[in-house]
Amino acid sequence: MKICVCIKQVPATTEVKFDPETNTLVREGVDSQINPFDVYALEEAVRVKERLQKEGEEATVTVLTMGPPQAEQALREAISLGADDAVLLSDRAFRGADTWATSYALAQALRKLQPDLVFCGMQAIDGDTGQVGPGIAVHLDYAQATYVAKIEALDKRKITVRRLVEQGYEVCAVRLPVVMTVVKEINEPRTPSLRGKMNAKKARIPVWKAADIEAPEEKLGLQGSPTQVVKVFSPPHREGGEKWTGEPEELADKLASLLKELEVV
Amino acid sequence: MAIRVIEEKCNGCGLCTKNCPQMAIAVDNKKAIIDLEVCNYCGACAAACRFRAITIEVDKQAQEDLSQYRGVWVFGEQFRGKVAPVVLELVGAGRKLADARNTELAVVVLGSDLSAAARELSEYPVDKVYLYEAPELAHYDGERYSRVLGDLVRALKPEILLAGATTTGRSFMSQVAIKLYTGLTADCTGLEIGDDGLLYQTRPAYGGNIMATILCPYTRPQMATVRHKVFPLPPKRTNGKAPEVVHLNVKPQLHSSRSELLDFIEQVETTVNIVEADIIVSGGRGIQDPANFALIEALAKALGGAVGASRAAVDAGWIPYAHQVGQTGKTVCPKLYIACGISGAVQHLAGMSSSDTIIAINKDPDAPIFQVANFGFVGDCLEIVPLLTRKIEALRGRA
Ligand SMILES: Cc1cc2nc3c(=O)[nH]c(=O)nc-3n(C[C@H](O)[C@H](O)[C@H](O)COP(=O)(O)OP(=O)(O)OC[C@H]3O[C@@H](n4cnc5c(N)ncnc54)[C@H](O)[C@@H]3O)c2cc1C
Ligand SMILES: Nc1ncnc2c1ncn2[C@@H]1O[C@H](COP(=O)(O)O)[C@@H](O)[C@H]1O
Repeated sequence: MKICVCIKQVPATTEVKFDPETNTLVREGVDSQINPFDVYALEEAVRVKERLQKEGEEATVTVLTMGPPQAEQALREAISLGADDAVLLSDRAFRGADTWATSYALAQALRKLQPDLVFCGMQAIDGDTGQVGPGIAVHLDYAQATYVAKIEALDKRKITVRRLVEQGYEVCAVRLPVVMTVVKEINEPRTPSLRGKMNAKKARIPVWKAADIEAPEEKLGLQGSPTQVVKVFSPPHREGGEKWTGEPEELADKLASLLKELEVV
Repeated sequence: MAIRVIEEKCNGCGLCTKNCPQMAIAVDNKKAIIDLEVCNYCGACAAACRFRAITIEVDKQAQEDLSQYRGVWVFGEQFRGKVAPVVLELVGAGRKLADARNTELAVVVLGSDLSAAARELSEYPVDKVYLYEAPELAHYDGERYSRVLGDLVRALKPEILLAGATTTGRSFMSQVAIKLYTGLTADCTGLEIGDDGLLYQTRPAYGGNIMATILCPYTRPQMATVRHKVFPLPPKRTNGKAPEVVHLNVKPQLHSSRSELLDFIEQVETTVNIVEADIIVSGGRGIQDPANFALIEALAKALGGAVGASRAAVDAGWIPYAHQVGQTGKTVCPKLYIACGISGAVQHLAGMSSSDTIIAINKDPDAPIFQVANFGFVGDCLEIVPLLTRKIEALRGRA
């Protein structure tokens, strides 16, 4: 079975500031990390692989990212966490992509890789959209399952998953090939093994450009994106208000009258 | 759009012919042939094909005449016939947009047996309620829902399409937008019509640290998912003009899916659906052990609110993940958020700092949560919370 995981490199802290003078995000000195949800996606992929291998089946995990050249770092980290190999999608033509163009480029790369299972995170912590996973499924015309909290069963033709939704959990059987997006509840990610770190160091990571995925430029990057960001600004700053100290009884009284003032009780 | 039969993979079985709502596919000499004049690119054939012999690729829309697109649509998400609260909030927001564009506001509901939903929506200032009823759509299925809604949009051409940023709204609007090659802005907190007539969609990004305003200038509809609780519930309709209820033609061929619902495990406690709650009482590591979470639950219950938690409390196994607030949990914006024994790490703040009012109870006077709390109480929440609960119950009892 061929498994792919889409990971995104994101700033290690979302405390980015916006510089109105230069109209840009201040990201200097901010380290990068793998998007937290993608770490769960990767872990789940590696667990599926290990289970299949134990049953004597062949299985591999390939990680894929679209990003600047330094996103290679995130791919190496993913290999140290159990992925077998990686592909970096990097080309000036991909720049400025919104979720339409991002999912298109990733889907074109996945067309070459022909996976049976694709794992994504439920959303990225920078863009916070959660749109890329379902988008990839549509571009590839794969079946899809979002917000997966548990894999219940897997065979060659279908996968049974538990999805976390507002009202509870939905259990669905979905025909392969499939794109899944996962929530944090799905597993507890491992830390890199020594062997993983060795593999990461020596891995050769191919870089694919627009031409390698047979993607016409008009569907990529800014040009392929139906949305346009026209303004970026800082939200109103929140400030701490009054603070009380005292005996618990006093504080509870104060709180109760506050809640009355706020018309909650 | 481009649709194509891969001849090497096609064996002429005819499944696609049966599944095509347009009757655009014939089988000739053991190969499927698609009549491109008739095809509307819904994708039912590709989904039905067991051999993956049909591929569809979305192309950039030809420079269409955008003025054909009129009207504001709200996706009427429902669960077992009950309309999701966020839909009513969107009716309020959509009404303003429709008025500004001098056009109609419609709610589109997919499901089965929707008469109760239609009745509920009729009480609000809506011009039209579109109902698409079929047993296969009783429960959400991304593939079916997106194919049906995509088809309706192509036929009826709304200018704006809004949905709640729920798990359903987020996953399936993305599918619709990709199919239609149009833009979708996620999780909006502001919607406005500009002087140029375009929809200005404002949303937080980077965990609420920056805001971005986004346009979809060249393609239609302009699509957005909208966060819960940012738009107030609209007042009920006072004029006599009840919305027109339109029963849409059902096309069963659009209902095929590769996914099958086996079971639904309902979470019955009312305290779990934190995104819809007006009041959230949250507990963190300061609660110290799982048994103490009962104190948080009791306060939430007394206030008629929901129970939230920091990641530390979830990771310790004190409460299920569905309650987690923050970057790797849920984003909430209730009227009142009470943080008990939560330090206020940035990842937690990312999920709750847009709440209307924040109250924090923490022993540590320097805890960062006090920098965002409107009202701070420095003390032991294990003592304060039960006392407070009793006082509220007493107040309630008297009332
Ligand atoms: C990638 C990533 C994603 C994350 N996502 C999230 C997320 O989604 N949500 C989230 O919440 N966190 C998230 N975190 C974790 C976050 O960084 C903090 O570790 C977490 O929020 C801390 O939880 P806490 O405030 O409950 O615990 P602590 O930071 O340990 O704080 C406990 C607080 O309780 C106070 N306290 C102790 N006893 C009492 C008492 N008896 N009465 C009153 N106060 C008391 C203490 O003074 C302290 O301030 C994430 C971290 C990472 C790295
Ligand atoms: N540039 C990218 N490269 C690889 N995967 C991505 C990229 N952007 C998004 N994804 C995947 O899509 C998921 C959802 O991202 P988003 O829709 O941006 O919130 C992420 O968790 C990743 O799995």
